[in-house]
Amino acid sequence: MSEDEILARDTAVHGAATSGEFTLEVLRCNPADPEDRPRWQSFTLELTEGMTLFIALTELRETQDPSLQFDFVCRAGICGSCAMLINGRPGLACRTLIADLPSPTRLAPLPGFALIGDLSVDTGRWMRGMSERLETWVHGLDTERDPARLEAPMEPEVAEAIYELERCIECGCCIAACGTAQMREDFVGAVGLNKLARFHLDPRDARDDGAYFDLVGDDDGVFGCMSLLGCDDVCPKDLPLGTQIAFLRRRMARQAL
Amino acid sequence: MDTVYTDVLVVGGGLAGLRAAIGARRRGLEVLTLSLVPAKRSHSAAAQGGMQASLGNTAKGRGDSEAIHFADTVRGSDWGADQLVARLFAETAPKAIRELAAWGVPWNRVRAGDHETVINGERVTINEDPLAHGLITARNFGGTAHWRASYVSDGTGHSMLYTMSDQAVAESIPVHERMEAMALICDGERCCGVIARNLINGTLVAYLARATCIATGGFGRIYRVSTNAIINEGMGAAIALETGRAVLGNMEAIQFHPTGIFPAGILVTEGCRGDGGLLLDADGHRFMPDYEPEKMELASRDVVSRRMEEHIRAGHGVRSRFGEHLWLDIRLLGAEHIRGRLREVQEICRYFLGIDPAESLIPVRPAQHYSMGGIRTDFRGEAVGLRGLFSCGEAACWDLHGFNRLGGNSVAETVVAGMLVGEYLADFCHSDDGALPGTTTLARDALRREEAQLRSYCTGEEQESPLRLQQEMQTLMTERVGIFRHGDTLKTAVEELQALLQRAQRLRLAGSRRGANPELVAAYRLPRMLKLALCVAEGALARTESRGAHYREDYPQRNDRDWLKRTLALWSPGADRPSLSYEDIDVMTMELVPGWRGYGARDYIDHPDTPRRTEDLKRISETGVQGDARQEQILPFRDQLPPSFRSPNERLFSGEESL
Repeated sequence: MSEDEILARDTAVHGAATSGEFTLEVLRCNPADPEDRPRWQSFTLELTEGMTLFIALTELRETQDPSLQFDFVCRAGICGSCAMLINGRPGLACRTLIADLPSPTRLAPLPGFALIGDLSVDTGRWMRGMSERLETWVHGLDTERDPARLEAPMEPEVAEAIYELERCIECGCCIAACGTAQMREDFVGAVGLNKLARFHLDPRDARDDGAYFDLVGDDDGVFGCMSLLGCDDVCPKDLPLGTQIAFLRRRMARQAL
Repeated sequence: MDTVYTDVLVVGGGLAGLRAAIGARRRGLEVLTLSLVPAKRSHSAAAQGGMQASLGNTAKGRGDSEAIHFADTVRGSDWGADQLVARLFAETAPKAIRELAAWGVPWNRVRAGDHETVINGERVTINEDPLAHGLITARNFGGTAHWRASYVSDGTGHSMLYTMSDQAVAESIPVHERMEAMALICDGERCCGVIARNLINGTLVAYLARATCIATGGFGRIYRVSTNAIINEGMGAAIALETGRAVLGNMEAIQFHPTGIFPAGILVTEGCRGDGGLLLDADGHRFMPDYEPEKMELASRDVVSRRMEEHIRAGHGVRSRFGEHLWLDIRLLGAEHIRGRLREVQEICRYFLGIDPAESLIPVRPAQHYSMGGIRTDFRGEAVGLRGLFSCGEAACWDLHGFNRLGGNSVAETVVAGMLVGEYLADFCHSDDGALPGTTTLARDALRREEAQLRSYCTGEEQESPLRLQQEMQTLMTERVGIFRHGDTLKTAVEELQALLQRAQRLRLAGSRRGANPELVAAYRLPRMLKLALCVAEGALARTESRGAHYREDYPQRNDRDWLKRTLALWSPGADRPSLSYEDIDVMTMELVPGWRGYGARDYIDHPDTPRRTEDLKRISETGVQGDARQEQILPFRDQLPPSFRSPNERLFSGEESL
């Protein structure tokens, strides 16, 4: 194989070759330091092939500023830790290629959650609170069936449909992109409503529409949604959030009558 | 001093830790969980392809049984596994999967009738029995006699973890997020809890508990190329090691997964090959049948990874600017199958490679994936050498996997071990040993030690970046303590790791940012990671044989005569290296005596007890004794299970089990 062929195959595999300098502007703030005020800090780095924001931020921390705070866990787009505002739009940093971004690019922490520092926010506490309020687990007597017994059968299509909605990774992008969530602190958001839609679909869950109405039949629940559908636009897992909210709203409206 | 009391303290919010917590909670104990990250972000979520349990619902799974799952696991382990543990595990795995089904996991289900699938590169039709319609289905994975890996598309771990985590919320189990265990509080004999650091504001907290359970997962991040999450730095195992009492088992047993995406090392599931995907070389040639005619792409991971590297060394790799790799071809599975059953793989390929695997080949090369070793425990999950300390899941060397884990056995182990260890540690709390000894002074001393240690990073002698030293360690491990190992390179690896440890202990940080301070975090984790790396490298150097994932080019044979034993690493306080000792694995109590695995190398040196034990087993068979009575004579295990998990598993096609 000639060098050109290798290069051609390489390019096909690893995306367009890129090089040169790239500027990242990071909104920095350390709430643990009462003197500290939010400020933009500019970093310049050498672009390498296949460089993601994960690789870039890790390199910045290693070579330029060891105090830079951000969260990555899986770095493969499946755990939801690294959601942040990338040029104002919520997204997962780990799977964002620098080559797809303009220079300079601005990074800011996700709004709607408590700031831990720089690009790190506390989505965990928010999500746990949502789970407790909406009781996001299967309710029913059969949850305690003897596990030595044959499992209860389920239609294959039903199981697949549940998984479609269960692919949510609780990254917080839908909350950051939501008009209602910015105004109404207790709004459960698309993440919460999608979760309830998932349990609504699940024949193992014994709750009826009345029980769901008690959980989301108000302005902090499904009636708070203004149908701006920012959630649907930014969901990294492409969940059908608009459809699910509309479905739930119809069921709950019927329940209210 | 900020002090929190609880009955049971679980360190780690992944599948193993949460299931243990739920078990203990249901036994009436107060339980608290610490987690580095929100629990649902634990690395359990990254398990893609499946969980092994011998349900036997499918056409290709019929005839499966606990005994066959047990045997596959032991062969996979290259006879390093504890066979009692493997039996307890295989017996409980179907219960684990059914419990999760009742709690909400949307396992993919059997659809009655004809299905097209790909086996050995050919499209074939399989017919599923109408009786099994709607029961949990399974796909093929490596090193198994039946199709046994139950799955939720390729987001199996994600669904399991979300269900488990929501169940923990349902049972009101608090999870203290972003809390890092820094040291075990320990009086030399007994563990009484941990000193933890709040990763948001930097404060130290003492957690005092009657029983402490470490479920912090593996330590893949001591390697440069790893499928592991960033948080898998092995801190749970490391702080156990630092007590100088608990020991780490088989640290040299490191698994490399055949299909890490090249060069990033992001995992694509074994389900790709289980569903019919093939490995190709630079010429587009399918090479695995040349090396492994029996199992081909679906031999165990250690064997496939080694064959891939061997093939690259023979000049058949695909050259690229990042180095050489091979191809994974799943195009033959079809776009619909990929979209339905391998969609995470499709997403990963789209975002990280810019390709659609339904149309293009995936560049792959083996990457560090799993730590078979960890905190050595007995079958109850209680740490050897330190009472009151338990461990389960990847953090532990329980020892289910020996020297190689089968695909689909890790998520299965997390839940099963959580179920069993949760009960055993509750038994411990309810026993005479279970009371919490007077420990306030002990806790205060431990906390002061940690404070002093953290302060030392402001006054150290060497202004060096802990992150740079960490990279040096990772590169060294990947290059010298990888798939192919040799005495000479291992020796230099050990020396360099020791030198790095010296430097790591004299660090001075560049800044002193208040609060979380990521530089400080890197600084205090570094010596702990180096200690783990030294246990791996020294264990690998000392073990002059090849077994499972541990392959020595200078000692290519498995040697049961001298090495049918588990490595135990102890780190005495103040020492600059681990001291190794060995625990014999007793052939005379085995149900399955050492032999050929059914794939991989055929030559090995026998243990002198192997013929004797073979005779024993033959004699028992000749008496005609069957079923439970036979099991009692060979390897009794049922009485060791917690009472709630002793019932035999119901199976749709019962009576068809074969071995």
